[in-house]
Amino acid sequence: MSYKITSKTIDDNLKRKVSEISGQMASKCFQCGTCTGSCPMIEQMHITPRRLMALLQWGQADALRNVNTHWICASCHVCQVRCPRGIEIPKVMEALRLIKLRTNENYIEPSNLQPEEIIDLPQIALVSGFRKMTS
Amino acid sequence: MSISYYPGCTLKTKAKNLESSALAAMKELGIKVEELDRWNCCGAVYSLADDDLIHIVAPVRDLIRVKERGHDTVLALCSMCYNTLARANHLMKNDEEKRKTINMFMDEEPDYAGEVRVVHLFDYLRDDYGWDKLKEKIKKPLNGLKVGPYYGCTLLRPKEVALDHPDNPSIFEKFLETLGAEVINFPMSTQCCGAYQVLGNPDAAVKVSHEILTDAVAHGAEALALTCPLCDYNLGRRQNIMQEKIEGSPEVPVYYFTQLLALALGLPAADCHLELNRESAVNLLKDKSYI
Repeated sequence: MSYKITSKTIDDNLKRKVSEISGQMASKCFQCGTCTGSCPMIEQMHITPRRLMALLQWGQADALRNVNTHWICASCHVCQVRCPRGIEIPKVMEALRLIKLRTNENYIEPSNLQPEEIIDLPQIALVSGFRKMTS
Repeated sequence: MSISYYPGCTLKTKAKNLESSALAAMKELGIKVEELDRWNCCGAVYSLADDDLIHIVAPVRDLIRVKERGHDTVLALCSMCYNTLARANHLMKNDEEKRKTINMFMDEEPDYAGEVRVVHLFDYLRDDYGWDKLKEKIKKPLNGLKVGPYYGCTLLRPKEVALDHPDNPSIFEKFLETLGAEVINFPMSTQCCGAYQVLGNPDAAVKVSHEILTDAVAHGAEALALTCPLCDYNLGRRQNIMQEKIEGSPEVPVYYFTQLLALALGLPAADCHLELNRESAVNLLKDKSYI
């Protein structure tokens, strides 16, 4: 995947919003890739957490608009405990989720879940899933 | 000094086998716990947004109930409840500004500043009870049970609430050794099972759970022990789906750590509600003559 970066594609608004919500500075990331190497959900992600941090640093809001990386993140915090720069990456992912959820858009629709799919689910799965993926 | 016990939602229904075995085991060990009489859901996941304090109100309310009761410790069995309560407590103790906002918001409640200690049964056994004392109480050691300890995420991460080293823990191993079991280490014992992604991206959760089970079996485990009802769901109850979706998926008996504890203490199998476990889990215990 390649991106063309010009003055027109740079939009620092997203970076600023993420930083406000998460309290984390994407600019601290020095692109070592430890997060990507540690992430258990990596195979399902459109782009890796390392690349996501790079696009955030460069203000590439358009390129980040439709990626699923933060929706696939399971908040397992393994990237956080291993990050040599001390960035709390799960908070960055949460901020990206919240920017969408706060516009009143759900990532999953609870009413679309089939009763047979959820009948056996433990309550903590429903509560945590809805907390992370619905507005 | 008695301890408040916080059960959380899942332990009263889907994970009754975790609660009943733990309560029976603690009674046998002489650990006196009293269930909070007015607990509410902890929220299951800790809020990760700096500007979102409303989701921290629920776990803080639970901690206030403990303080009100005059207890200095609250014990959780569910890993997710432990994590959420411990992180809320950490925030109330260390972040003056947010503590002030939350206390002002809950003006009907007494102020709270992290006075209560949040423990999981694991660190309580290690730090307060002691492995040696526990060993003395073992009546039916689980000799010959090759079991892999599966930590999951929330007992070890993030660092401020970790029971042990996040990457190289040994508390679960020590616990199983004390019960007399043969501990099988496997690299994926701290890797996430997919957690709540079972709701949004179920195939992704199946895939990572499959990797964990396969890894445990490849290293010689004949069973898995775990602590969290969501891990139990992904790694245990969903094995049928895993076997349908991924060819060659293994059948692995899965137990809550407290079920193994109760059996090693010589308590009756009825305390373990094994009907909520996989059939293979019951069969293995019978084969080994533990029940």
